[in-house]
Amino acid sequence: MTGSLKRILLGEQGLVVIFAIAFAVVSLTVPNFLTERNMLGLLQSVVTIGIVACTMMFCLASRDFDLSVGSIVAFSGMVAVMASNATGSIPLGLLIAVGFGTFVGFVNGVVIAKLKINALITTLATMQIVRGLALISSDGRAVGIKDASFYQLALSKFLGVPTPIWVMVALFVIFGFVLNRTVFGRNTLAIGGNPEASRLAGVNVDWMRIWIFTLQGLVCAIAGILLASRITSGQPNAATGLELSVISACVLGGVSLAGGRAAITGVIVGVLILGIAENVMNLLNIQAFYQYVVRGLILLLAVLLDNLRSRSLGRR
Amino acid sequence: MTHFLEFSNISKGYPGVQALSDISFGIGKGRVHGLMGENGAGKSTLIKILSGDTRADTGEIRIEGAAQNFHSTRDAFAARVTVVHQELQLVPGLTVAENLRLGHFPAKAGVISFRELVEDVGSKLRDIGIDVDPRTKVAALSIGERQMIEIAKAVMQDARVIALDEPTSSLSSRESEILFRLIDRLRGQGKVILYISHRLDEIFRLCDGCTVLRDGRLAAHHATMEGVTRDQIVSEMVGREISDIWGWRGRAIGEVRLKVAGLSGTRLPKPVSFEARSGEILGFFGLVGAGRSELMRLVYGADSRAAGSVSIDGRPVAASDPRQSIRAGLVLCPEDRKFDGIVQGRSVSDNISISARRHFSPFGILNLGKEAALADGFIQSLRIRTPSRKQDIVNLSGGNQQKVILARWLAEENVKVLIVDEPTRGIDVGAKAEIYDLLYSLAEKGLAIVVVSSELPEVMGISDRVAVMCGGGIAATFDRPEFNERAILAAALPDRSAAEPIQKVS
Repeated sequence: MTGSLKRILLGEQGLVVIFAIAFAVVSLTVPNFLTERNMLGLLQSVVTIGIVACTMMFCLASRDFDLSVGSIVAFSGMVAVMASNATGSIPLGLLIAVGFGTFVGFVNGVVIAKLKINALITTLATMQIVRGLALISSDGRAVGIKDASFYQLALSKFLGVPTPIWVMVALFVIFGFVLNRTVFGRNTLAIGGNPEASRLAGVNVDWMRIWIFTLQGLVCAIAGILLASRITSGQPNAATGLELSVISACVLGGVSLAGGRAAITGVIVGVLILGIAENVMNLLNIQAFYQYVVRGLILLLAVLLDNLRSRSLGRR
Repeated sequence: MTHFLEFSNISKGYPGVQALSDISFGIGKGRVHGLMGENGAGKSTLIKILSGDTRADTGEIRIEGAAQNFHSTRDAFAARVTVVHQELQLVPGLTVAENLRLGHFPAKAGVISFRELVEDVGSKLRDIGIDVDPRTKVAALSIGERQMIEIAKAVMQDARVIALDEPTSSLSSRESEILFRLIDRLRGQGKVILYISHRLDEIFRLCDGCTVLRDGRLAAHHATMEGVTRDQIVSEMVGREISDIWGWRGRAIGEVRLKVAGLSGTRLPKPVSFEARSGEILGFFGLVGAGRSELMRLVYGADSRAAGSVSIDGRPVAASDPRQSIRAGLVLCPEDRKFDGIVQGRSVSDNISISARRHFSPFGILNLGKEAALADGFIQSLRIRTPSRKQDIVNLSGGNQQKVILARWLAEENVKVLIVDEPTRGIDVGAKAEIYDLLYSLAEKGLAIVVVSSELPEVMGISDRVAVMCGGGIAATFDRPEFNERAILAAALPDRSAAEPIQKVS
């Protein structure tokens, strides 16, 4: 009995099983948890993390790292607002914002792949540069939205579910497919497994890394636009510390920081675990300060579990 | 009669594999004992149990009659058992002396006394018979020297049992000879040495007795090597008689396929030129440091070229880029499988299809059915021993990993030139024969095959022509009828008059 339990918990789908159990327990014990309203609120609250986690998964799977995501999210949100205000056209504003995020990601990628600068250092630098630009361009204040239809990005619903959640789900599906079913995804995992062997096997490693960071920038811009719409302004201080939450969610979901191992189901579960923990603590009126402690503990537990799992799989 | 080191009824199973079943044998004090077997025969598992890395399901190890119960490598260390692995475990950035005393530096109030450290280690190295300056950084040592230091570490830790796992796999023959003398000295000091090697000549040169494992079982145990023949051991390893493991067969040799002209790079400053023909197996022999692998990496485009050109069937291969080479039909199985060959953590199937999958992926979307069929096809045709195509490649034995790398290139259908650097390093006799056979059949299909090897019998056994490298250039070439061990070796040896002045004169 204990043997089979152990096998389930430490098996491939162990995290999903644990998540399902935790979800069931929380549903039964926490009042107002399993209501449509709360569920949608919960999903809304993880939209930014969830969207950015899609491409962070690729970054980590290829043995890279991106700390600049929070800054890109904040600044591209502001760019969307400012450009919409200036041009009077929301679609044009969004396009400029997406272009901007993509450009920052591309710069990250080129510096890392071509100039061979460590990803941690490069994105630490761009994180600060982009945050600085956000503060400079707005003089440190929030930028208000002139055209009220900008709010509709976050407020509009389809089949009763807000648009941002649909966007997140769509990105989960797309990037899950890309990871497992495309040459791009497999090559990402191969680079993470052994970059030099991948290069010698004909994988264009530099090109792949530039693409991964460019996609990361693009996806951050999408997250930034939705966030700006939800908080009804472009805020230079938005999404601070986002990079750590996103990396936590990925690690929770079994993405290996050593590269070569990632799965979209894991990332989704990781994102939801973070969301549920926060949601439940809010419902139980636990002071926000405790939430940091709980999040840290969850992360440690997840990593310990992962460690046990790889040990039980065993090295021959 | 009790032995110094005794394995008693050891069994160990992994999910799906019985790695060892009921292994019992003993080794007396002051004996060097060979442990042989094909890859996957259970040698590594037995060594892991001896080193405390894993635990046996049943059975026990006894040393000087006392049963040992190793829960970890620390326990084995405390029982004075040391295993010197193929992958050495020295810190490259530290000096020899620091490495040897790591964890117990001579220190006063936490401050290391480097003079004492260097003097102490230096005198111990001299005692053991190793001529290396203790102040040298390990990174600056050759692999052979590092191996010596690793063994010195075992001796300095006062090990009673030392297991050496394929110690000569990356040593030149001169370095090997120094190692053998060291082992002879340790034998004289009453150590028990378990010597794992694929090289039969070494077993006969060194060992007092040997044990052969096959499929996790004890195939044979020879307490002494008297009256034991090579053929006998080979047949015990594979369970069948192999008379000629090379099995060379003649074939028609056609036009020039690979033409390398005046090629040079940072690590190979002198320009090198050679040609290989369709249907030909061109062997490259040379001592360690002769520049063989460097040349092959330049040809393939793994390192960037300074000058020179490479062409296939008369068409030049554009840039220094592996992708261009692959598209032109020029592929390389690298020397170092672990660092340059396999993609760790990924499946056998992924490792096979990594390059060829672009052919069956319209718009970059994989055809999973084709990918699986491709992998299963090669697993069957090359007899890759794996529970399934989904198995992580690191769990395969060296020979099977090599087959996966070969399959990776065979999946590229237009391969014209195949370069294989050390095709059988760390691979057992049975798998070797399979790989040679594969190379012959590829040559018969008209490929030009370049084989780099540091084993002279192998180069002579399988090549149609041999190019001998020395000091970064091709010193001589020999056609098969002219093959002569002494002549080839002589061509590979550096010119003494040129080499001597570099040695210290003082």
